[in-house]
Amino acid sequence: MSNTITPVPRELVTKPRRSDQLFRVIVTAGGMSSLIILGLIFAFLAFRGYGVIRTEGFGFITNSNWDVIEDENSDIISQDYGLAAMLIGTILSATIAVIIGVPIAVLSALFLEFYSGKKVRAFLVALIDLMAAFPSILFGLWGFMVLMPSAEYWAKLLNKYLGWFPVFEVPFPFFTRSPFIAGMVLAIMIIPICTSISREVFSQTPLDRIQAAYALGATRLAMIRAVVIPFGRGGIIGGAMLGLGRAMGETVAVFTVLNIVYQVNWQVLFGAGGNIASLILLKFGEADREEVNALMAAGLVLFLLTLLVNAIANILVSRLGKTGR
Amino acid sequence: MTMTSQPTVLKPGRPWEPTAKERGQKLLNFLISLALSVVLLFTTGLNGKLGWVIAFFISFLSVTFIAEYRRAGRPAAQDSILTSISRFAIFLAIIPIVSILLTVISKGWRGLHWGLFTQDMAEATVNDPIQNGGMLAAITGTTIMVGIALIISLPISLLTALYLTEIKGKFARPVRFLVQAMSGVPSIVAGLFILSSIVYPLTGQRNGLMGGMALAILMIPTVARTAEEVLLLIPNDLREAGLALGATQWRTVAMVVVPAVKSGLITAIILGVARVIGETAPIILVSGGGEANNLNPVSGPMGSIPYYVWKSFLLGGTEESTQRTWAGLLVLLVWVLLLFTIARYISSRSQKR
Repeated sequence: MSNTITPVPRELVTKPRRSDQLFRVIVTAGGMSSLIILGLIFAFLAFRGYGVIRTEGFGFITNSNWDVIEDENSDIISQDYGLAAMLIGTILSATIAVIIGVPIAVLSALFLEFYSGKKVRAFLVALIDLMAAFPSILFGLWGFMVLMPSAEYWAKLLNKYLGWFPVFEVPFPFFTRSPFIAGMVLAIMIIPICTSISREVFSQTPLDRIQAAYALGATRLAMIRAVVIPFGRGGIIGGAMLGLGRAMGETVAVFTVLNIVYQVNWQVLFGAGGNIASLILLKFGEADREEVNALMAAGLVLFLLTLLVNAIANILVSRLGKTGR
Repeated sequence: MTMTSQPTVLKPGRPWEPTAKERGQKLLNFLISLALSVVLLFTTGLNGKLGWVIAFFISFLSVTFIAEYRRAGRPAAQDSILTSISRFAIFLAIIPIVSILLTVISKGWRGLHWGLFTQDMAEATVNDPIQNGGMLAAITGTTIMVGIALIISLPISLLTALYLTEIKGKFARPVRFLVQAMSGVPSIVAGLFILSSIVYPLTGQRNGLMGGMALAILMIPTVARTAEEVLLLIPNDLREAGLALGATQWRTVAMVVVPAVKSGLITAIILGVARVIGETAPIILVSGGGEANNLNPVSGPMGSIPYYVWKSFLLGGTEESTQRTWAGLLVLLVWVLLLFTIARYISSRSQKR
């Protein structure tokens, strides 16, 4: 007589151990830190700036007066905060930077990826990477002391030959410390990042398509036009927008080079203008409590603006490879 | 290819390399355009260094275009235009960096003296003779604040990178996106954030700790992204081997994965430090800008190299303050160069292994 032993199915443990559970919780919490930090930045700047934005309403970004009027006891009689002039200045100088910097960066990336030899490329890439690590104060002071004299000369030339074009007009000949020169310094600052992103994008071009183009008898120009550019278009635009975001948030370089005047100035060669970041730096020293809150609100606008530009840029760069021929 | 009388091993030909004739043609093109640019310089309104560069560019473009057209027809000629333009572009991109390096070195070394590293600015103004005062407070302050930034940001960045590569949770894509977005946060916003969240409501005092925290915010994305990149390079075999030996995921990560990327993590740290060491705007807002040497990050204002440069530039106007500005920039530049070289050395060494 034998007892039939009913086999008990072995329990399969897929539950991670306690230590692993803890590990996963800690790492996940750490992984969320960027979300938390960005959220906190938004929350605190909004909390500080809320009062100002509520009183000014939509005018905070459409008005262009930034006045605090005090009586002799330095009590505040009236205050008026409108960011428009600096908002326009931010967009203007960053746009100039992109117009000057991006073509140079993209063509440099083409040279590095398709024209240069191995050793030359390694050297130039190291040099450009080094430039990306330079602090902005270095660019600012170099721009002020070295670039300014020559840039002023170029600005005069532009004004002389293209002065009939409204953007290149000046109300009176004052060419130093203009948005044009600030944009030029910003262009130099964004060249490294644009170059390295374009280069990364170009290097992902499928080799078989490149070789197919060559096999069909294409010259390098024809190959680049038919294969590389269509493939990397999104990435190039994304890189340009990343540069735009950087240029918008730049503080010290703009502060040193540009003559910060609170007015709307479209005439890029005329020495007056500013951007939001440099306004914050300029006004912060002597600001009272209410004006500090207004500056916090300005910081919030800048934060959201750069976040938006960066988000679009990153989407464009990461979508690469799904499009193209 | 020349045939020799004795039966030797034939050398493999290299038909893609330019022949002597083609090289001669290139040199000739270069010389002709050089001559043409000088002619242009004298006959037209162009003048100065920039004028010459433009004249040379135009003449080189047209000379190579004509030469290529005669050699191989229109497509080759068009191709030569892109070649010339891209060369010109890289030349334009390199000019500023060379100019910056040369300017800082040539103007900065005159302001260097030993006192720079042993004295602070407590009893000197920026317009005093260059021998009075120095950057001691600035150097110690920068070191302390960057150290604080590193202590705060390293764990956060490492955890973020581990989340993206080891856990690969369902939020991996949004987290990667947010880290990239964070790298675009303007530095002055980081300063404003520390002011609004800690300084005003809580401590009411600007000091080195606040500076370090502002720098940490700017440092996290750089370190996290570099760390993620090196973690992605670790072959999955290593992880699977660890798990197959019965290790838990935690032990695999701690004893296999992280040790394997040690040099990569050091590179990430160095790049992060290089990113924030020259940050000026947040430091001006939150660190208080001390003149005296202050080693205590939680009380009293703290100096930093960018602040030293900034102050010498803004308050100056004399010969001495200009010298101070450039000397400060030179110290900063040397620091960045040093960090950059070390990072390159480490990453190139780990690639060879």
